[in-house]
Amino acid sequence: MVRNVAIVGVGHSKFGVRHDVSFPELAWESVSQALDDAGLEQKDIEYFIVSNAGGWSSEPLPAVVVGEYCGLTPKGTARVEAACASGSSAIKLAHDIIASGQADIVLALGIEKMNESPTPTVVEFIGRAGNYFWEFQNFGLTFPGYYALYATAYMHKYGATEEDLCRVAVKNHYYGSYNPKAQFPKKITLEECMKSRYVAWPLKLLDSSPITDGSAAAILASEDVARKLTDTPVWIRAIGHASDTSNLSKRDNFLSLRAAVEAAHMAYRKAGVDPSNPIKYFDVAEVHDCFTIAEILAYEDLGFAKRGEGVNLIREEQTYVGGPIQVNLSGGLKAKGHPIAATGVGMAVELTKQLRQEVEKERQAVIERGWALSHNIGGTGHYAYVNIYSLDKPRG
Amino acid sequence: MGQKSQKEAMEEALKQFEQFVESIKQATGLPIVPDQKTGAALWVDQRELRLKYTISVEKIKPFYDGLMDGKLMATKCSKCGTIYFPPQSFCPTCRKSEMQWMELSREGELLTFTVINIKPASFAHYDDYIVGIARLKEGINVTAWVREKDPKRLKVGMRVRIEVVKRQPEGYLTYEIVPVND
Repeated sequence: MVRNVAIVGVGHSKFGVRHDVSFPELAWESVSQALDDAGLEQKDIEYFIVSNAGGWSSEPLPAVVVGEYCGLTPKGTARVEAACASGSSAIKLAHDIIASGQADIVLALGIEKMNESPTPTVVEFIGRAGNYFWEFQNFGLTFPGYYALYATAYMHKYGATEEDLCRVAVKNHYYGSYNPKAQFPKKITLEECMKSRYVAWPLKLLDSSPITDGSAAAILASEDVARKLTDTPVWIRAIGHASDTSNLSKRDNFLSLRAAVEAAHMAYRKAGVDPSNPIKYFDVAEVHDCFTIAEILAYEDLGFAKRGEGVNLIREEQTYVGGPIQVNLSGGLKAKGHPIAATGVGMAVELTKQLRQEVEKERQAVIERGWALSHNIGGTGHYAYVNIYSLDKPRG
Repeated sequence: MGQKSQKEAMEEALKQFEQFVESIKQATGLPIVPDQKTGAALWVDQRELRLKYTISVEKIKPFYDGLMDGKLMATKCSKCGTIYFPPQSFCPTCRKSEMQWMELSREGELLTFTVINIKPASFAHYDDYIVGIARLKEGINVTAWVREKDPKRLKVGMRVRIEVVKRQPEGYLTYEIVPVND
């Protein structure tokens, strides 16, 4: 017997360079909001999952540090890691614990404090996230470097340009400018993006998500509990997941993230979404735009556009508010920021608020169908999670 | 570049910061400094962790013997014929370790490439380098540096070969993608 699971409380810290708070203080910002939002106390939380990639931050046992500070001790806990998709792995585990009847209320917290280390160290840590021994040790790839390999191949095959990539940054900064939680709440122009320096040719600084501190928390509950807590539970309709090779050299092509395609198909199958036209089911999506090219790949991997035509969605501004599919109205990783293991939980928080129509009006999606999708990628397509959220209850 | 290398700039910034911390520590007895942008109080770690791993290559030693002879070696499962590069001593499909060593052709085409402009800390002493992925005739892909400084001279699909080279300044054998100019 699998039970329905809903998000009943969410919290989200300001993303950015957060030298004003320590690691556990940063966690508390989103944990306290989530508890308030759900109308719960710490004693009601039966288990909590802490998503944290770490390495660049000082606490090697983040779950217990957070647990002590936030008053969650002695509840059971574990830290999870799936690179930049860690947060979605935390949501999945929290979901599965409740769906299987092991608990009724579980908290998923994503937290990252990347700025406890200097930038070159952070660049090193993220560059090692792939296959350390064969691809980093000798060839010193970086995170933008890995995605640049996809950008070069995509641009060559389909004729996309650096301007096209920058259009994604312009859109996401536009919406980020209305999100007070964003690291860069400011608009940028196409020219500014085009003039920014290369970090991994053909990707430029303004094609890239920043180094970010931040936390996000979601409290998940079983149907019986959710009904008592809130009038607007946001149901987890389906979770699709997949992985891909650690060595990029083991991939067939550099035009698509295979794991994202697999995860999307799994989520669509579970939710009964026709994979040949998924757009018609969703109002809004948060996709993993760690680099601008990644958002264009996401359009295609999710089936929002045919192969080679993802770039048209951004050229024709179809993913802005009011378009057929509204994407990254939070500002995305690009402008909201990308605190690695907090990002996936941040997406769940954002989509919960979008579906409840609680975000700032300039970036509120038009909600007609009541369905939302998150696409959260770890590493360079190493891990993929596609989650589907809905206002209407899944079954039973 | 003419300017400071990324490594020099990084080391200089670190040295200045350390001196700043030292002066404050001497004056106050605490390693707490104001963040240069916001003024927020930051405790500067008084412990340092150095990481340098030792990694077993015992079961793939023939790969390194190959490099010493200028060859790029892969393993091939005797049972199912799958070629593994990077070499594996175990075939997960057949769940057997009946592997043969084979030399790769070292000829193929360039699938994609990038220039690493902002480098990781442990690569900061190099000039900008190009990393590419080549597909060899055997259908095996190889990630490596490309012997070229200007990405505009490279093209997806161009012919390349793999050469064993000694990486400097470390002085160890590795392999490189070399464009073939027809």
